[in-house]
Amino acid sequence: MDTLLDVRDLHVEFRTRDGVAKAVNGVNYSVNAGETLAVLGESGSGKSVTAQAVMGILDSPPGHITRGRIFFQGADLLSLHREARRQLRGARMAMIFQDALSALNPVLSVGAQLGEMFVVHRGLSRRDARARAVELMDRVRIPAAKERVGDYPHQFSGGMRQRIMIAMAMALEPDLIIADEPTTALDVTVQAQVMELLAELQREMHMGLILITHDLGVVADVADKIAVMYAGRIVETAPVHEIYKAPAHPYTKGLLDSIPRLDQKGQELYAIKGLPPSLLRIPPGCAFNPRCPMAQEVCRTDEPPLYEVAPHRASACHFWKETLDG
Amino acid sequence: MAEAVLQVRGLVKHFPLTRGIVFKKQIGAVRAVDGVDFDLFQGETLGIVGESGCGKSTVAKLLMRLEEPTAGRILFKGEDITRLSGKALKAVRRNIQMVFQDPYTSLNPRMTVGDIIGEPFEIHPEAAPKGDRRRKVQDLLDVVGLNPEYINRYPHQFSGGQRQRIGIARGLALNPEIIICDEPVSALDVSVQAQVINLMTRLQKEFDLSYIFIAHDLSIVRHISDRVGVMYLGRIVELGNEEQIYEHPTHPYTQALLSAVPVPDPEARERRERIILAGDVPSPANIPSGCRFRTRCWKAQDKCVTEVPPLAVPPALREVGGPAAHESACHFAAERDCAPAGG
Repeated sequence: MDTLLDVRDLHVEFRTRDGVAKAVNGVNYSVNAGETLAVLGESGSGKSVTAQAVMGILDSPPGHITRGRIFFQGADLLSLHREARRQLRGARMAMIFQDALSALNPVLSVGAQLGEMFVVHRGLSRRDARARAVELMDRVRIPAAKERVGDYPHQFSGGMRQRIMIAMAMALEPDLIIADEPTTALDVTVQAQVMELLAELQREMHMGLILITHDLGVVADVADKIAVMYAGRIVETAPVHEIYKAPAHPYTKGLLDSIPRLDQKGQELYAIKGLPPSLLRIPPGCAFNPRCPMAQEVCRTDEPPLYEVAPHRASACHFWKETLDG
Repeated sequence: MAEAVLQVRGLVKHFPLTRGIVFKKQIGAVRAVDGVDFDLFQGETLGIVGESGCGKSTVAKLLMRLEEPTAGRILFKGEDITRLSGKALKAVRRNIQMVFQDPYTSLNPRMTVGDIIGEPFEIHPEAAPKGDRRRKVQDLLDVVGLNPEYINRYPHQFSGGQRQRIGIARGLALNPEIIICDEPVSALDVSVQAQVINLMTRLQKEFDLSYIFIAHDLSIVRHISDRVGVMYLGRIVELGNEEQIYEHPTHPYTQALLSAVPVPDPEARERRERIILAGDVPSPANIPSGCRFRTRCWKAQDKCVTEVPPLAVPPALREVGGPAAHESACHFAAERDCAPAGG
């Protein structure tokens, strides 16, 4: 398989008034064409910042990439010129945001916003671009696309707006799509429609998809492999089928155990104690150690590397064997 | 059966839609809540699930009397509280408290935690004598698992989960009988949600509280609730105990809702039979005739256009008995085999 995107040892920090917030601390992941990678993490885990660095839309300042490389189809993105990156964005890699209402421009019709992609990147005339916009809206199954192409974002429902976001990302048939919590703001029944559409288009166009989410259910539904993030670092990577059966990191295990299950009805839910750390003060050693039920002395002093647990599986825990067994 | 602490009968809330500035003319109404009936029993948790816009939060506001109902009655321990005002209303409110969804906007950023939790005592001075309040607030902090020394801190010094604990402490201050929780954990991180749910379960036992638990996360509602009501467009369409709703749903909407929830088990991916509903929820300003779900229902027939299905145990299911025999507002209510094919 071709490696589409390869992120290596990425470090991002935000220089704020209160100090340096280390948002991403050495992230490695790769995505192949036609593959879905789920990046799972809670707020502040660095999952969105990593994606912004890949897309080249990091707010800078205060955000700075301090180390690492990002290869996209073999090219080193971080050494590319600003203009070259801009041409990649939208055409070869595209992003879908969580909140479609704030990601779309409220004073432009959706047709104009969809068509803009073709005007800017393909040099189409406005009239042709509009025709393409209608095609796209049809493709993401927006009813009566022809009549609605002149409507404004607020005239669409949440699910329809998210479809427009998807249409916009798909417009130039990119090779990579990054979807940042694409269905979090939607209701369950609409969420199912949108995820199904996204998965279908991905299959059709053989794209790589990075799905950023905090929902273990969504991951199980669509992902091929998963990277679990905590405090700016990947703590576990695995093919999706294996991680649910036997997690190799106590944080992943804790997340899975805290899902309400049938046989636990009426009992206490398992809860990971404590809170995620502040990115201004990440604990030394393993960042998860203050909350970890298995923590030993070594966890407070030595930062665990990503140990290879099995082929294509890794865990950043000194006690991954014990976690896997128990 | 335990005593019903709260009885809701035919509750309706319509928000008028008007046109014109000087001469306001009503041109329609948003039927946010459109005939809701249920009982809440002593010590139980009634879960209310539904998608955004189904009216579940409006129900919460009506129960708190933060909104005036258009019609219907709310009885607290047999006493009609729908038209109470002044002193009598204040007395009832002591017994019905609320925990809000967003712990970031429901706490005043300029008040200390002690003042926030102690504010109910300002409104109901009879609940705690003045000299005793500080100690009571510290007790409450302790009960919800926060350090009592934090009494002089401000909300921004706490994390989301801790803030929700503050909101819960405020809800407990007056020792109420009923707590209405409107999406109490949906703004929290996954690893913190379980902590708050456990706290709420423990407090319920400790103080013999009755909860109305409003949420859209079906698995959390299942974990905490004894009974569950499913709302769609301002009405409860199915009501039953946790097992009846989750294992034996008979209303097509409940079935679709349950099948749409992503299950954290990749093995189930291929086996699951999903019902993907067509289209969006209709506007509550323009509710379909007959059964309000018929525009998205795969079972809809002519009867569904003309006749409103009542929320009752369907006669055909009553004869059969068993867990499928519970209240369901559908003309063609039937258990659908939700078991995965071949599984």
